[in-house]
Amino acid sequence: MSAGAAVVERWTPESRIAVAAAAVIIAVLAVGPAIFSANAVDKLTTLFIYVILALTWNALVGFCGLVSIGQQAFFGLGAYAAIRLADLGVSVYPSLFLGALIVGALSWPLSLLILRLKGGEFAIGMWVVSELAHLLVNLDTLVRGETGTSLIELNAYANDSRRALTYWCALGAMAGLLAIVFRLLRSPLGAAIQAIRDNEEAAESIGVRVMSAKRLVFMLAAFGAALAGALWVATALTFQPKAYFSPLWTAYMIFMALVGGLGTFEGAILGAIIFFAIETWFGDMGVWYLVGLGATALIFALLFPRGIWGWIEDRTSLRLLPVGYRVRFGAESRNKGQGGG
Amino acid sequence: MIFVNQIIQGVLLGGYYALIACGLSFMFGVMGIINLAHGSLAVLAAYALYVLADRFGVQPFLGLGLVIPLMAVIGWAMQRLVLERSARGGLLVPVLSTFGLSIILDNLLFQGFGADTRSLAPYIGDLSYDSWTLTDDIAIGKLAALTMVVAVALLGGIQIFLNRTQTGRAIRATAEDPDTAGLVGVNARRVNAIAATIALATVAVAGAFLGMRATFEPYAGAAQLIFAFEASVIGGAGSLWGTLIGGIVLGVAQSLGAFINPQGFFIAGHLAFLAILFARLFFGDLGQRVRTALTGGARS
Repeated sequence: MSAGAAVVERWTPESRIAVAAAAVIIAVLAVGPAIFSANAVDKLTTLFIYVILALTWNALVGFCGLVSIGQQAFFGLGAYAAIRLADLGVSVYPSLFLGALIVGALSWPLSLLILRLKGGEFAIGMWVVSELAHLLVNLDTLVRGETGTSLIELNAYANDSRRALTYWCALGAMAGLLAIVFRLLRSPLGAAIQAIRDNEEAAESIGVRVMSAKRLVFMLAAFGAALAGALWVATALTFQPKAYFSPLWTAYMIFMALVGGLGTFEGAILGAIIFFAIETWFGDMGVWYLVGLGATALIFALLFPRGIWGWIEDRTSLRLLPVGYRVRFGAESRNKGQGGG
Repeated sequence: MIFVNQIIQGVLLGGYYALIACGLSFMFGVMGIINLAHGSLAVLAAYALYVLADRFGVQPFLGLGLVIPLMAVIGWAMQRLVLERSARGGLLVPVLSTFGLSIILDNLLFQGFGADTRSLAPYIGDLSYDSWTLTDDIAIGKLAALTMVVAVALLGGIQIFLNRTQTGRAIRATAEDPDTAGLVGVNARRVNAIAATIALATVAVAGAFLGMRATFEPYAGAAQLIFAFEASVIGGAGSLWGTLIGGIVLGVAQSLGAFINPQGFFIAGHLAFLAILFARLFFGDLGQRVRTALTGGARS
């Protein structure tokens, strides 16, 4: 390759700073319960759960091209599994993670069936699965139908320590999932996943193992939603099946991912923060707030399908948490390109 | 005999599912778009008929004379403003945009009409409860029978329209291959707008029967969408007569499920849907092989 020709690069100075800053922010957040007010700790816990939802839904939809309207199936099952395990005598905080792992494992046999569906059929097929999961959970006498139950085992903790423990669990889960998804998307498999989104037949023809790549992301997204559901029941304490298996959760995920930037890693985080702010300010407006969310999602889908972060990426060379490669023309390499892509 | 009655009621219920699935299946067949606002639009039509009946004393069957054109116009506008633009954005965007649309519709209906359940049954006289008694155990509701007749007429009408008219042939050509259809002078944009108009006109009829056979509330759209989707997938997505069979399979499964367990109605419907999906994946080839073997055997 001649001098001054195209250079493939991944890391930039800005992105190194951004990753370091992210690590520092998470480290600072880790001492949050010692500094922040009780209300702020609760609010941040909610935000961490939103980030988990946005991140894993965005991985499924934005990177893998699988639009699911039924992620509330895993959200509800995650909460239910935590309650069931705690009732069986498993220590309550480990049961949050164990429950999510079980739901994630259950998504494997489901994936064999549901991933055969394409496009809109997959989207509503998942919705059917979530309706079925809801009805089956209602049959459990522990849940008492729509009346629901609560995670009473948490009453063993004093309010302050429960708040702090839930906060740390949510923060740890968010940081862990951010790291896993970041690593995954940067790996060769990440490139394969995005190739499937862009053109499944073409990806298959150059040797991408389409089904196993899809299955991995599907299971990761199921695990993420289940963990979010388990953490949600740990903050809300009560479990009413209707509230957990509501398609509104998917509406929130769509909103966060679309507004933040579908298919951009930073966008999911940005979308969660925006959604969190909007909910804080307008959540009291009830019906009009939901109409606004739907309208915003519709407008973004039609006019700005790459969301706010996508808009920034298209206009600037800013890449804070780079998961792709890019080609720079006529410039010297600022670091050794990894040469893949 | 009670068992037979359950099956008969299930078949009749299937008529309603075929009716609600008709527009969804037609739109998917022509444009390849699954309209997630489909159920909410049917509920909107039911509310429109309710307002006509409640405020202006217009009987629902007459009200359809106004609501069908209204829904058709909404279909045309939705195609031009939302679906057309979405379809250009790839496979993902129509799912996201129509889901956004359904959230807007549901919540606007809630804002307008509140949480109360409504029904069109009070406005159609004794049709809502009259039935023909066949034996002690079996009675066939007149409304259920009418629903089935309308479903068959509507599906048959669309089939004839697609097969016999110039526009129908243009729609089929566009569904098959929009680019080639364009080469021979078919205006795909116009054809899709016509298809969306027809689909939404059928949604108006489905909404009328939704309101007459039971009660509805602002958030009832999600369940209607799911029933419509299950019926059309069971029957083979995009196939019109398949939709009728799919509706009947769904109705019978639910009816038998309710017979087994009070909570079994919906569970059996969803399980039947998943079981058929599963069977098609693993035995689809088998069915093909059996047919080939049979015809091959006949020849030799």
